[in-house]
Amino acid sequence: MSKRVLLGLLLACGLAAPALAQEPKTGGVINAVIQPEPPGLMLAMIQNGPTQMVSGNIFEGLLRYSPKLEPLPELAESWSVSEDAKTYTFKLRKGVTWHDGKPFTAADVLFSIEMLKQTHARARNNLAQVDKVEAPDDYTVVFTLKQPFGPFLGIFEVGSMPMVPKHLYDGTDFKTNPYNNAPIGTGPFMFKEWQKGSFIRLVKNPNYYEKGKPYIDEIYWQIIPDAAARSVAYETGKVDVLPGGSVENFDVPRLSKLKDTCVTGAGWEFFSPLAWLWLNNRQGPLADKRVRQAIMYAIDRDFAKDVIWNGLGKVATGPSASTIKYYTSDVPKYPYDPAKAKALLKEAGYKGEKIRMLPLAYGETWQRWGEAVKQNLQDVGMNIETIATDVAGGNQKIGDWDYDIAFTYLYQYGDPALGVGRNYVSSAIAKGQVFNNVEGYSNPEIDKLFADGAVATPDSKRKEIYEKAQKILVEDVPVAWMLELQFPTITRCKVKNLITTGIGVNDGFKDAWLDK
Amino acid sequence: MLSFISQRVVKGVIVLLAIVVLNFFLIRLAPGDPAVVMAGEAGASDQVFVKQLREKFGLDKPLPEQLFIYVKGVVTLDLGFSFRQQAPVAKLIGERLPATLLLTLTAFAISLMLGVLFGTFAARFAGTFLDTAITVFALIFYAMPIFWVALMGILLFSVTMDWLPSFGYETVGANLTGFAHAVDVAKHLIMPAMTLGLFFMATYTRMTRASMLEVKRLDFVKTARAKGLRDAVIQRRHVLRNALLPVVTLAGVHSGTLIGGAVITETVFAWPGIGRLMYDALLQRDYNLLLGVFVICSAMVLIFNLITDLVYRLVDPRIEFAS
Repeated sequence: MSKRVLLGLLLACGLAAPALAQEPKTGGVINAVIQPEPPGLMLAMIQNGPTQMVSGNIFEGLLRYSPKLEPLPELAESWSVSEDAKTYTFKLRKGVTWHDGKPFTAADVLFSIEMLKQTHARARNNLAQVDKVEAPDDYTVVFTLKQPFGPFLGIFEVGSMPMVPKHLYDGTDFKTNPYNNAPIGTGPFMFKEWQKGSFIRLVKNPNYYEKGKPYIDEIYWQIIPDAAARSVAYETGKVDVLPGGSVENFDVPRLSKLKDTCVTGAGWEFFSPLAWLWLNNRQGPLADKRVRQAIMYAIDRDFAKDVIWNGLGKVATGPSASTIKYYTSDVPKYPYDPAKAKALLKEAGYKGEKIRMLPLAYGETWQRWGEAVKQNLQDVGMNIETIATDVAGGNQKIGDWDYDIAFTYLYQYGDPALGVGRNYVSSAIAKGQVFNNVEGYSNPEIDKLFADGAVATPDSKRKEIYEKAQKILVEDVPVAWMLELQFPTITRCKVKNLITTGIGVNDGFKDAWLDK
Repeated sequence: MLSFISQRVVKGVIVLLAIVVLNFFLIRLAPGDPAVVMAGEAGASDQVFVKQLREKFGLDKPLPEQLFIYVKGVVTLDLGFSFRQQAPVAKLIGERLPATLLLTLTAFAISLMLGVLFGTFAARFAGTFLDTAITVFALIFYAMPIFWVALMGILLFSVTMDWLPSFGYETVGANLTGFAHAVDVAKHLIMPAMTLGLFFMATYTRMTRASMLEVKRLDFVKTARAKGLRDAVIQRRHVLRNALLPVVTLAGVHSGTLIGGAVITETVFAWPGIGRLMYDALLQRDYNLLLGVFVICSAMVLIFNLITDLVYRLVDPRIEFAS
């Protein structure tokens, strides 16, 4: 196979084409909601959702990703992969400067990687496959892998691998570095002010390398802790952008109908949040596969989608969301069928043993969903006891495996090797932690498939492996998959071109403009 | 009087230290590990990362050692480092305290002034329509949950009439200064202060009314009346003055707890005070920040209690300070 060169620049031009229909206007201020208040803005050290949303404007990664999760250029203008799929060469964009005026070079990339290994758990896991990173010149970075790693080109978005200025962080105590409070990146917007509890203000980077961008002068991220108050803030015209998840789902239809309001579900393709019920496979009735299957049949997921989530989202078919790579719908199906659920429970010898269920303490919608699921399960004869906790208490119970059923939703990160396998492989069983294999599912065949899938080449081979894994998992029901969640972004229609990539609002506002 | 104050200060410091120790253990009794919460927020919770976080914040040390380090810090006025916000606790509280003081003191002043005024009127015209109207009014506000009053206020004054802003401390991005800024803050303050104040106003109204009616029946009031004093003088000098003592006691208790009680109001109105900081810290098991807010709130209660005792003396000079 000849060297495969991806001309991301051309791809980016292709994607931008539809937007050319209307010429962007410059100037203006966007008021957006951020919830909860981020703990900090130094993306290399803090990776929670709100931090990514604000800091995605300040920092940049080597690549961006299209809604179809194809890599696009950002700080790397092109890249190539060797024939053995073990060497990745990135050509960096020239003329890029940090917000303090210093040039961005390959030395910054090498430093960022070393720093992220210490401060960024996900980056460290992603980089575990890398044998060495070298910089033959100021604008070239070469990654050599220990073995081929299929999702490698998917680990470079700004939240997963933000670039950090070496000249400000090298040799310092990362935790107390003063630039953590006034972050310096290469992004389209610069940090200006943070009034704790009130707002975060970003201003346009006048020296941004993409000429003419960004179009907006300022962004105010307003901190409004109460969901109803966030709805009112939009309704009364005080904010222009409600990123996905800012308001309770039941408010979305009402807000969507307001004058000059546009709604989109786009921009979640990379994360593809998938909601499911952790089922504790270790103990009690749920240790029996038939009981777990009965749960799948007992829950009316269409009702949850249509009523609790107001028609937003999609009923999940298995461990992979339909928006990520190698998804297949060719898996065993579990339609709503209470009679079948009852029959399976009878066959498994379930005699009304108490089953403890933990709803997710993320607000009203989740609470209502917990009640609906409890009702569904009681209808087929299951004895459900709801345990109310807050997030920290719930996490502890789940991490200690002290539960029977628990709600959750997790990101997929675009590839089964990055965001799916961790929940099902035996090596990810670790007491005390959440968001790994807390259900205690252990299947050597699945372990092997996920291990092989990560390193297999070419893509067709990976597809085959992951499709097989999905079929086995859906048959075994280690967890009960519920919905592919959709968090709609609500904006004034005058805000144009806000979401252009697979990470949505988290990718920053560099293409956004106001049609005043 | 000076010796009384200095004795109270010394006792207050001892009580404060006892509160710190008690809170230190109470917080840790709640389920939930801050390292797991932080790791979860980071989207990964592998063992190595959680272990690193525990080590980084000293959470892996034995509890007595953690307590010793914390108390040593508090004694030297160092409230520690916030795990989640990665900033000194004192700095975080310092940024938020002025907003909370502005809100709570305004609410406190509104509630006390209106409460005593309404209570006095109700007692003065006991049994009349005015008394019934004030009593019902007070009962309604006493019974309504603060968050509901807040939401109804927003619906009426922000959404429907567009008179008052629904959230925040000031108009973001307006960059106002001087008098214009003060007016802007005042407009933002009206709804949260009224919301928080209405509940306490109802309490003071009821308390003042009941207390005044009780005092009115006492012998010295009858004597004053028999002496031929004017009714207004009797009400002001004899009845109100004596009836205010239980109200002052209650106000003393409230003044401290108002700060902690501002949590709901601050959350609904996005008011950037320490009530919200405390709420966030609790959910995130940010032990140091939570303890820091508790220390400040406890200190406030102690200070206000001292002030209450001093006000007692002003209201009734017969009360003597115990030496």
